[in-house]
Amino acid sequence: MATTIKPGESYGFFTDTSICIGCKACEVACKEWNQLQGNSPKFLADSYDNTGQLDAQNWRHVKFIDNVPEQTVDAGNGTAWLMMSDVCKHCKHASCMEVCPTGAIIRTEFDTVFIQQDVCNGCRNCVAACPYSVIAMNETTGTAHKCTLCYDRLQGGLEPACAKACPTQSIQFGPLADLQKKADVRLAALHSQGSTQAQLYGRDDTVYGGLNAFFLLMDKPETYGLPNAANAGLPSRNDVGGYLAAFVTAVVGVVAGIVAFRRRGES
Amino acid sequence: MHLAAEHFVRSPQWTWYILFYFFFAGLAGGSYVVSTLLRLAGDVRDEPAARLGFYISLVATAICPILLTADLGVSWARFWHMLVDVTPGDTGLNFKSGSPMSVGVWALLLFGFFVGISALDTWARDRGGRSEGLLGAIIGRAFNLVGAIFGLFIASYTGVLLSVSNQPVWSDTWMLGGLFLASGLSGSAALIGLLTRYRPEAAFSLGRLHEADAYFSILELVLLVAFFITVAAAGTAGRTLPLLPLWLLALVGIGSSLVAGRGHMRVRPAGSSAVIARAGTDTLIVSLLVLLGVLALRAAVIFSAQ
Ligand code: SF4
Ligand code: SF4
Repeated sequence: MATTIKPGESYGFFTDTSICIGCKACEVACKEWNQLQGNSPKFLADSYDNTGQLDAQNWRHVKFIDNVPEQTVDAGNGTAWLMMSDVCKHCKHASCMEVCPTGAIIRTEFDTVFIQQDVCNGCRNCVAACPYSVIAMNETTGTAHKCTLCYDRLQGGLEPACAKACPTQSIQFGPLADLQKKADVRLAALHSQGSTQAQLYGRDDTVYGGLNAFFLLMDKPETYGLPNAANAGLPSRNDVGGYLAAFVTAVVGVVAGIVAFRRRGES
Repeated sequence: MHLAAEHFVRSPQWTWYILFYFFFAGLAGGSYVVSTLLRLAGDVRDEPAARLGFYISLVATAICPILLTADLGVSWARFWHMLVDVTPGDTGLNFKSGSPMSVGVWALLLFGFFVGISALDTWARDRGGRSEGLLGAIIGRAFNLVGAIFGLFIASYTGVLLSVSNQPVWSDTWMLGGLFLASGLSGSAALIGLLTRYRPEAAFSLGRLHEADAYFSILELVLLVAFFITVAAAGTAGRTLPLLPLWLLALVGIGSSLVAGRGHMRVRPAGSSAVIARAGTDTLIVSLLVLLGVLALRAAVIFSAQ
């Protein structure tokens, strides 16, 4: 792909799940470039997915969602497995960034969300906040890890490893505006072919102000383990309310204390 | 209030260190507040009990940073990153008003200053020095008042910190800050009451402490009900059920406060003299149950989400 990568522009991923074949080339390419050892192998006995989740060692994770009906319907009408290469969404309004107390999480010159390993102190506030279960703690460094959108490769003018490796172009990298246009075209094509369930997730600003890594899904977001627009709340939604309730309690508590301790002329 | 019913979030594994931090933060802030109220609103004979509270606050506050740093993934060496942003090209002091953890660290630092000075002041008074304290009567009182405001914050922000996340239960309610504050105040009144055993001249305040504890517990009970209503409305109440024994322990703590405070809550005509109780076995049992309840409440909240 001959994209010229320029600082100051917005970049992201468009992950088209309708053409993902679940080969996990993205997972492998990511580990190779980012020198992630991976967790020790586990057999999850559920599907071809033995990665299980995004975590400190898995910055791409191909979800296999068993959506096959009990009896296969007639040819062409059965619903297939849903596959989705999940990743950090590089949210415009990022929950992780909102709560990080050290300033370790920054927005880069490519408009991506990046955790500075030398600043993070391992408080795990971002883990509690990320609504997509993306961030996890690296046991060796004690710091928070997640997809960097190959920050180092972007700085060198290279596209991210996963997008480069994906054989079906389910993962596409590029300037956000270009990706959004491509996604609109693809969605229209799917709809015209009768796949009316196809929908874009994070393409507009209804979830977290828009996602730099957005998706084309073949079912509801919840089916993929993604919060829908109604459930996509930022941690800060509870900030004022939480303090307000505490303030009211403080006032009542102080009054109660004064009532209990007031001088009663007993002396 | 926006309620998120569906959560796909990972747990932050905030467990034992954080549980005990919440516990000691509640007692540190609560004791300072109760002591300030005793000194400012109470009788001169409440002063010995107030002094007890300032000492408790010092000990509890000193434990807090130890627990907090021990919990960090990168432990001791980088605690200061909470205060100073070391991002290359963007260094400076770190204060993020939208992150209760950031606000809390600063508040703890400033509160620590107030607690330290107040403990020193108390020690000076105890040494038979100036009965007005190191700062003099007026400034001393103002100092306590400002310290108490920080105390209220320290005892409550931990609950807000949990809510400002995307975790089930925690982020489904606004009640946690108030709940932790009310229980912290109750636990502090109980602890000061308990320690009057070792400071006989403080026994004068015991009845009043029981009374205050009972009021704080009523407040806590109201907030606990509000907590369950909000969490149930969000559809995540089911996650609190496996922790039923902890919730019951918290209720036992509340109940003990109410039983102990019962005799003292009667409205007394001005001029009547209150019975001066001595901290006996009943106070010992009640106080321990209340403190256990304070711990159990926090454990129940913390482990509901994780
Ligand atoms: S997906 Fe999670 S980790 Fe990635 S930017 Fe959004 S909140 Fe942060
Ligand atoms: S774990 Fe690191 S990146 Fe996450 S909130 Fe704490 S300091 Fe920030």
